[in-house]
Amino acid sequence: MSKIDRKELNLHLYKHLYLVRNAEEAIRKHYHEDEMKTPVHLSIGSEAISVGVCQAMQPQDQALATFRNHAVYLTKTGETDRFFAELYGKSTGVAKGKSGSMHLSAMDNGMICATAIVASGIPVAVGAALANKMQKNGKVVAVFFGDGATEEGVFWESLNIACLMKLPILFVCEDNELAVHAPNEVRKGYRSLTAIARQYRCHVFSDDTTDVEAIYHLTQEALYQMAETEMPCLIDLKYYRYLEHVGVNEDFNAGYRSRADYERWLKQDPVIIQREKLLSLGCSESEIRELERLIDGQIESSLAYAKSAPFPEPNQLHEDVYA
Amino acid sequence: MSRSITYRDAINEAILQEMKRDERVFVYGIDVADHKRIFGSTRGLVETFGPERCFSTPLSEDALTGMALGAAVNGLRPILVHMRVDFMLLGMNQIANMISSFRYGSGGLVNVPLVIRAVIGRGWGQSYQHSKTMHASFAHIPGIKVVMPATPYDAKGMLISAIRDDNPVIFIEHRWLYDAYGEVPEEPYTEPLSQAKVLRSGKDITIVATSWMNVEAVKAAEVLSKAGISAEVIDARSISPFDETVIVDSVKKTGHCIVIDDDWIHCGFGAEVAARVSEQCFGNLKSPVERMGYAATPCPCARPLENLFYPNAVSLIKKIENKFDLEPIDLTGEDFYSYEKKFRGPF
Repeated sequence: MSKIDRKELNLHLYKHLYLVRNAEEAIRKHYHEDEMKTPVHLSIGSEAISVGVCQAMQPQDQALATFRNHAVYLTKTGETDRFFAELYGKSTGVAKGKSGSMHLSAMDNGMICATAIVASGIPVAVGAALANKMQKNGKVVAVFFGDGATEEGVFWESLNIACLMKLPILFVCEDNELAVHAPNEVRKGYRSLTAIARQYRCHVFSDDTTDVEAIYHLTQEALYQMAETEMPCLIDLKYYRYLEHVGVNEDFNAGYRSRADYERWLKQDPVIIQREKLLSLGCSESEIRELERLIDGQIESSLAYAKSAPFPEPNQLHEDVYA
Repeated sequence: MSRSITYRDAINEAILQEMKRDERVFVYGIDVADHKRIFGSTRGLVETFGPERCFSTPLSEDALTGMALGAAVNGLRPILVHMRVDFMLLGMNQIANMISSFRYGSGGLVNVPLVIRAVIGRGWGQSYQHSKTMHASFAHIPGIKVVMPATPYDAKGMLISAIRDDNPVIFIEHRWLYDAYGEVPEEPYTEPLSQAKVLRSGKDITIVATSWMNVEAVKAAEVLSKAGISAEVIDARSISPFDETVIVDSVKKTGHCIVIDDDWIHCGFGAEVAARVSEQCFGNLKSPVERMGYAATPCPCARPLENLFYPNAVSLIKKIENKFDLEPIDLTGEDFYSYEKKFRGPF
């Protein structure tokens, strides 16, 4: 890849990282106003995974996410009007305010759904991949889940079926080594997820990088191998969750993890290192600032739009249950 | 020309015709393509449509249920089959948390056209993990439809409707009904998924039945007619959505109502019928609505206990004798159904 191509790619990836990070920082800033009446599970710290994987895929490819889904939604759609409106419970939201933060979706942009029951989106992704294969439309499905989901039986059922049926699906484990607040030591009776997964007929990758470009290329390699061999793929990507499991605050005083860990990961913060990379690739500070200013403006405008939008009408309670 | 086929063949024909009509329809589940073919109901599918559109699966009910949702929202029309509704409970998370709320959660943008077929029914010492029905539990959840046809005609027409419906439909089939014969047109047709149906007209009492209990109710009505009681038997058919119009109209005429449900009584479908009848027929009722159903126990294996567990035509007759203060009817010489004497119908 030439230097110019690489610069363009990294600018593109930075734009997505910046959007995700700052949309969530905006949530943090406004959450105390108590107008966003929906529990939020923020992606801060993990952005490189959602952005790197989704941007390596084609726009028509599909994704399913968890309750920590803002990053996937934002990078798949690039839009913030319906996003913030949904958090504010407004009729202009993704689901007219009926779903809230934990269930963002955008079928037209390939985001099938997000689920708040751990691992429950995984078999749905397998079915979606089966449909894509049967319809021969060439689409790939990426399903995002936390490492806690690998303790659910349905994860293994789904991995088995995907491997058995040779489905075009990418299992992406966003591995922060925590299930809510429980560390690996109280959850795992085995040594390695990837070692077990390698016994299945699929490709397995793992990495602890926070470099979005590295994750982008890793995913491209995974997609290439999947297409070549007609086998699914599992990628285990480590990250550090900066904030509490649910909510907008830090929780280093809770006693289950240390600030020192956070500070170590912060040195490799995905947004900061990507910005530094852009400078090293010859982007000017003013060029980056202009890009950031545009995104800041988008977020501000969407927030204002969401706040001023109407709540759903009473008749909406009963709408949309049945076709 | 009229043609009589079994409930089993009616289901089979509905699927075959719909798979021919619409290539988005496919059938999968544990053992759907094995030599037994779900009691014969998936016969010929793999031969006609190939293993891509009819395939047996790993024993992973939870994942299989989620897959139906994923395939449905991506443009296909899956039919997932369970040999026992009891096994389907492993997929309850997907049904209650995912499938039922998906359309609502998409803001009405995404439909979920899928069918989950589940076989129910008592067998021969099946005891408590091969004998449940669960329709009331499913019907409790908004966003899914729940139907349980009792005749071959309805089995075909309602299954075709279910496959063509843009909502998730749970389709419950009693195993004992599989051998029942009835008139079934050869060409495809649809039956509504939201209407009860009068199986036998009468003027003295309304019996509302579900699934196999329709066979018991019709038999009871035949016996009661000899004692001068004219019972109207209504097959509820559609548990959700449940349109009580047919039942309410009947009770307004008869003034009496008994529900004989193929399920436990507590918090069951019978309570829903009783509530709606009470709300809408309060001034017409000449006696309280009564409910019959399974004993409030797990289903026992031993035949004498199993016989007590289930309501049947005889216990229904006794109930109605009590209601009307009748002399006990002589039941000697009456032919009641049992596992050894398969019901062949027609109704």
